[in-house]
Amino acid sequence: MKKLKSNFINIVLVLTGISLVAAFTLASVYALTEDTIERSGVSHRQEVIQSVMPLHDHYDSIPVELNNGVETTSIYKAYDANNVMVGAAVESSSNNGYNGHIDIIVGFNRYGVIVDYVVLDQHETPGLGARMIDWFKTEIAKQNIRGKNAGTANLNVSKDGGEVDAITAATISSRAFLFAIRNAYFEFKVTMDAAADVAKAAADTIPAIQNDTTATATKNNMKGHEQ
Amino acid sequence: MKDSSLKVLLNGIFKENPIFVLILGMCPTLATTYSAINGLSMGLATLFVLFGSNVVISILKNIIPDKIRIPAFIVIIATFVSIAEMLMHAYFPAIYNSLGIFIPLIVVNCLVLGRAEAFASKNTVFRSALDGLGMGLGFTFALTLLGTLRELLGTGKVFGNIVFPDHYGALIFVLAPGAFIVLGYLIAIMNKLRAG
Repeated sequence: MKKLKSNFINIVLVLTGISLVAAFTLASVYALTEDTIERSGVSHRQEVIQSVMPLHDHYDSIPVELNNGVETTSIYKAYDANNVMVGAAVESSSNNGYNGHIDIIVGFNRYGVIVDYVVLDQHETPGLGARMIDWFKTEIAKQNIRGKNAGTANLNVSKDGGEVDAITAATISSRAFLFAIRNAYFEFKVTMDAAADVAKAAADTIPAIQNDTTATATKNNMKGHEQ
Repeated sequence: MKDSSLKVLLNGIFKENPIFVLILGMCPTLATTYSAINGLSMGLATLFVLFGSNVVISILKNIIPDKIRIPAFIVIIATFVSIAEMLMHAYFPAIYNSLGIFIPLIVVNCLVLGRAEAFASKNTVFRSALDGLGMGLGFTFALTLLGTLRELLGTGKVFGNIVFPDHYGALIFVLAPGAFIVLGYLIAIMNKLRAG
């Protein structure tokens, strides 16, 4: 077959034809993958929330959103079987990373002890700041922040007088990460105190039930543990 | 005289390796190879695009008028890249996230357009398919090798498996300068091998 001449009609027809076929192909692939992409996004999110939460019976899948004017923080409250708040997973962020925004989710139990964290989004340098993904979970020197009480521990890098070792050669990323953790705890504390006040008010009106509730709560916690 | 089919296939892997010999597609090569798995996935994604676009362009070579061949090639290449992007997003989300912007950037990888213009638009469908496969494999091989060496030297791991503790690693190999250093040595070794 001889090559088509570059006249106006040919050019318009061929390029339109190719673009139409391309559009149709892309639409088909999109339709095919849309559901999978959507589903993996949602289930991944639930897995992440579950993985950082303290022992709980159920949690609010719709978070409470708090905005302090700079950062928006989302709090997923966790409850035991009697609807008493036992902690939360808090999505928090910092804009002071080495390459901008860092988005994390961190879980606290009712006393403010850090259960676990997951870095949701970061653009730090690979090999340096990007190591925050597991650096602060590693049991070396003063790296690990899991198990620390965010209310009493000084969650700053050692260089700033805190008690957490910064990532080697990535102090800026470490500072941003710890800021996000402290911010998460601050918002968590407000929410947890409010929940505790409500629980206390309820207990004051019917003191007889309180002992009973505590006993059941403990039992349920143990049940959760066995699972 | 025309090369044999086998020669076309092997051409891209060794004699005209896109990275070590043609020095094409440097941007994703240097930017994504800080780990072996990234290098491998980037290579495979490019292989898919290269193979697909070579075949389609070769089929259409006679109905694409000369004056619009570049826009036509780009539309075809971009289609394959978008397909690769959606498939990776759906089935390999972790790799999709770690490669990020470099997947859509395969569209402007000069290796893909280069093979379309230099080979697929002048050769039969079969030979273009072999060329795409060979070049793609050569690219994948080079990126995986580069990624493996950088990950090993920088962090003491290979594909995430610990070989030696990471505080013995030289951080520079994970960062940009390390990419240039390792690539330079690999090109030197490759030149020696080809000459000898």
